[in-house]
Amino acid sequence: MRHLIFVVGTSFAALLASTPAWPAPAISSTTVELPAGDALFPGGPEADAINNNCLACHSADMVVNQPALPRSTWESAVHKMIKVYGAPVEDSDVPAIVDYLAKVKGSGQ
Amino acid sequence: MSQHFDDARIPALSRRAMLRAIGVAGLTLAGSSVRADQSIRLPIAGEPRDWPITHDFPQKGSMILQRTRPPLLETPMEVFDRGVFTPNDQFYVRWHWAVIPTSVDADAFRLSVRGHVNQTLSLSIGDLLRLPRVELAAVNQCSGNSRGFFLPRVPGAQWAHGAMGNARWTGVLLKDVLDRAGVKPGAVQVRFNGLDEPVVPDAPDFRKSLDIDHARDGEVMIAFAMNGEQLPLLNGFPLRLIVPGWYSTYWVKMLSDIEVLDRQDDNYWMATAYTVPDTPHANIMPGQTGVKMVPISRMVPRSFFTNVADGASLPAGAVATIRGIAFGGDAGVAKVELSVDDGRTWQPATLGEDHGKYSFRRWQVEIPQLMKGGHSLMVRCTNTAGDIQPAASNWNTSGFMRNVVETVQLTAI
Ligand code: HEC
Repeated sequence: MRHLIFVVGTSFAALLASTPAWPAPAISSTTVELPAGDALFPGGPEADAINNNCLACHSADMVVNQPALPRSTWESAVHKMIKVYGAPVEDSDVPAIVDYLAKVKGSGQ
Repeated sequence: MSQHFDDARIPALSRRAMLRAIGVAGLTLAGSSVRADQSIRLPIAGEPRDWPITHDFPQKGSMILQRTRPPLLETPMEVFDRGVFTPNDQFYVRWHWAVIPTSVDADAFRLSVRGHVNQTLSLSIGDLLRLPRVELAAVNQCSGNSRGFFLPRVPGAQWAHGAMGNARWTGVLLKDVLDRAGVKPGAVQVRFNGLDEPVVPDAPDFRKSLDIDHARDGEVMIAFAMNGEQLPLLNGFPLRLIVPGWYSTYWVKMLSDIEVLDRQDDNYWMATAYTVPDTPHANIMPGQTGVKMVPISRMVPRSFFTNVADGASLPAGAVATIRGIAFGGDAGVAKVELSVDDGRTWQPATLGEDHGKYSFRRWQVEIPQLMKGGHSLMVRCTNTAGDIQPAASNWNTSGFMRNVVETVQLTAI
């Protein structure tokens, strides 16, 4: 990896300016802090099932900011989390989660 | 959709800023003003309408908070009115999995190039800085930009139009890096992975692939700078793949691994997620099934108003300047047209400086005096390949590829 400099090719696409005259930007190590995003779903005991199962991978606002959706869409969303993304959800918790979503974010369909 | 301000609740600063804007443009920017409680009203197709404005994310200024973890941050529309390039500290942010390194050591970082190649590479940032450097202005747009306008509504981030941005990307050609490794005959695709990881084991890691010819087309880049500075961590520091003209899903952030494949990539994020109906405008009827799905790819033309929002008012009988931005998708902007009569007649807009076919382009029209009352203004872009924005909205279950003609309702008073 020591000799990576080589002759500039001739045929860069028209819109690419090759090897510009300005110096390389300084690339410095970066450390940041991200907000925890650990707020709970509102609703007290009614929200227990969703709080226990739906906060590991994303914050509650992902769900709270969704539009009102039909119950069937919420059912498939919960199953997608389990099947596709590997959400560890107890089968017995699924109805309470879907009920919560249909109540809080349901379109009444 | 007009907005009523309770004067007492508008802090002095934003009120001054608003008055200044009115003075300059002669218009009220009703839909885009930050409110006293630091929320913004998005003109999407329904609830939720009021969204928090956040200043809590590193290297980022005022952003619309779509999701805290992993971050989904939207660029407020007025940012696009200020210039053709989107500042790094207000460039939108979009991650899938929440395991995102919060610390990256620039000296220790390595980009690996492996798979169906003659020689496996492990490149430092310094190695890349010694390769021939290229720069390109290009729009980065989320596949689901404007999903919040879909009707019927669909799940996913409820973006208004701010899941897009335009930057000057500086870096090296992917082709040059692949040539250093030596792609073996029989290569089919090139797969890209970043430092982010799934939260649970065995969940699908976020990886994307391009066909080998696309990867070697001499335009796809590996960027180490945007707008002349290193990338903000949340936009992919230290390296990001740049795929000009294609949706952002391919622009892998914190790019750390390039794998040349001798087969088609069938990983979840290629084969299932980010697929669209193989129909004109990726359009289907709600409920329609049995449609052939294909990976999303090239962007389509779009244009936006940036100095008037839906529901704004302006003085009747005065000449006004209406302006905005447009981009051609995977081709340049050929023309932008404005209609002030519900799309019956169209007049050409004056285009701003051309920064290349993948960039935003500013447009502007002096509209004639409007009579008192309601008016609908529409804007549409035609790209250099002849594609024009459609008059009707598309629909699909993922909320992808919206590019309908944009309309704002104005009131002349
Ligand atoms: C194992 C991780 C994991 C868990 C646990 C999880 N999700 Fe998700 N969820 C994801 C991922 C990954 C996405 C896609 C994120 C993205 O695109 O930014 C997602 C997205 C979503 C979306 C947006 C729509 C979509 O399909 O992209 C909703 C709504 C949602 N999750 C609800 C839930 C609910 C309700 C639960 C509890 C049953 C849950 N999630 C638990 C991983 C998880």
